[in-house]
Formats: sequence, structure tokens, C-alpha cells
Amino acid sequence: MLQIAFFAFIILTLIGALTVLITRNVLYSAYALLLTLLGVAALFVFAGADFLAVSQIIIYVGGVLVLVLFGVMLTSKPTTSDTSTVVASERPNAILAGSRGLWLGVLLAGGLFFGLSRLLLNAHFVLFDQPISNAPTTIDTIGKQLMTEYIVPFEIISILLLVALVGAGYLAKKSIKL
Amino acid sequence: MNPSLSYTLLFVAAALFSIGLAVVITKRHAVVVLMGIELMLNAVNLNLVAFSQYDPNRLQGQIFSLFVMIVAAAEAAVALALIIQVYRHFKTVVLDDLTNLKQ
Repeated sequence: MLQIAFFAFIILTLIGALTVLITRNVLYSAYALLLTLLGVAALFVFAGADFLAVSQIIIYVGGVLVLVLFGVMLTSKPTTSDTSTVVASERPNAILAGSRGLWLGVLLAGGLFFGLSRLLLNAHFVLFDQPISNAPTTIDTIGKQLMTEYIVPFEIISILLLVALVGAGYLAKKSIKL
Repeated sequence: MNPSLSYTLLFVAAALFSIGLAVVITKRHAVVVLMGIELMLNAVNLNLVAFSQYDPNRLQGQIFSLFVMIVAAAEAAVALALIIQVYRHFKTVVLDDLTNLKQ
């Protein structure tokens, strides 16, 4: 039963990712990305990372994806009846995104996947021989680690977030002084 | 989860990374390229989490992927601000049309 759910979530994740690759509509690919991110969150649960799964849903689905949807909708043309323009991106409803170098890209990605799977098939990871943890939750350990071993990165990342907040707000301003 | 399922997770992460790379290379819309980068970051997180399960005392992989997520969120915010500014300037975000440095 658990394995069926596991493989179902894997299929969900891969279908979402392939839809991002295949579809030409930017809005559809944003929603397919939502499917993929939710699938990855479920796979985190199967890998015993409950805190990370919740963080994934809050940060990616609640934050990044909403930002991406805003980006898609703010950069799409308002619909007009004028179809005489020649440039593809000037046409109304030209939210469709075509492909460039399609075969090169797919070939490169397929080659990368082939190489990685050859590597994984031949590899034997010593870490996988270790006994598995049976702790009910990882939140205790993550909290302790963040306050002891990783206190410096934890503080630095707060400064990074502040800088990103101010920088994004400044960059998106209406009349930026270049 | 037994090790064979962890290996499956590594294969899924490899597939996600390859698909993300294909999206980044083939798509022309700047927002979709950003989505491909997010897919690749997610694949890396999946790898880190798959290994982190066997390290229950320190959980280095999970903490690293937590930081990766935060940096990805900051990167997405800045990138979308840039994309909106580019759209205001050039009236398009299709990367092949953005060929002028000065306009």
C-alpha cells in the first residue's frame, strides 16, 4: 500500500515536470509546476523529512509559485483585436512560448539522464548500509542543529532574505534610476 | 524506507534534474526558464533528503536543503522583479527578442 502511494507520487511528479517541458502555454506550465512541487513535498514525507515537506509547501507553493503566477500575468499582453503585427511576441495572446534548439536541449538532457542513471546503477553508497532512523519527527533535531552547529548560516540567511526583500522591491519600482 | 526505495528516489531526482535542464535550454519565455531552474533546485533537494535519512543525528542533508529552499525563494523574488523591469523596458520577455543593450 505504501509502495503504491510512493510510486503514484513519483508518477505525479514526473508528469508535472514533463508537462512543464511540453506545454506551450506559460500559465499551464505554472500549474504543472504546482503539481510537481506538491509531488516533491510528498516524496519528502516518504523520505522521512516531515518538516521539509511542510516548508516546501509553504515556501514553494505558497511563495515562489504565487510570485511566478504574478510574473506570468504581469508580463502578458492585454488582448487586442489587432492581429497585423509581425513579431511573434507582439501578437495578442502571445503568452505561448515556443521552443528553440529543441533537439539539442532534449538530446543534452537525455544524455545527462543516461549518464546519471548509468552512474547510479553502478554505484554502491556506503551510507545506505547504515541503520535507518526511527525517530517520529525530525523537527527536534533540525531545531537543535539550527541553534548550535548552523547558527552562523542561520543568521547570514536572515540578512540575505532582508537584502533580497529590499532589492526586489527596489528593482520592481515604477521609475528606476538607471 | 528501505535502501531500494532510496535508490528510486535518486533516479527520480536525476530525471527531474534532466527535465529542468531541458526546460532551461529549450524554452524562450523568461518565466518558464525560471521554472526550469526551480525544478533543478528541487531535484537537488530530493537527492539531499534521500541521503539525509541515514544520518539521523546531524541531519546535514535536510538542513542544507532548507537553506537551498530559502536561497531559491530569494532568487525567485529578485529574478521576477528583474523580469518585470525588462518587460516595462522592452515590452516582451521572450529571451530571443532581447537582443539590444540600448534601446
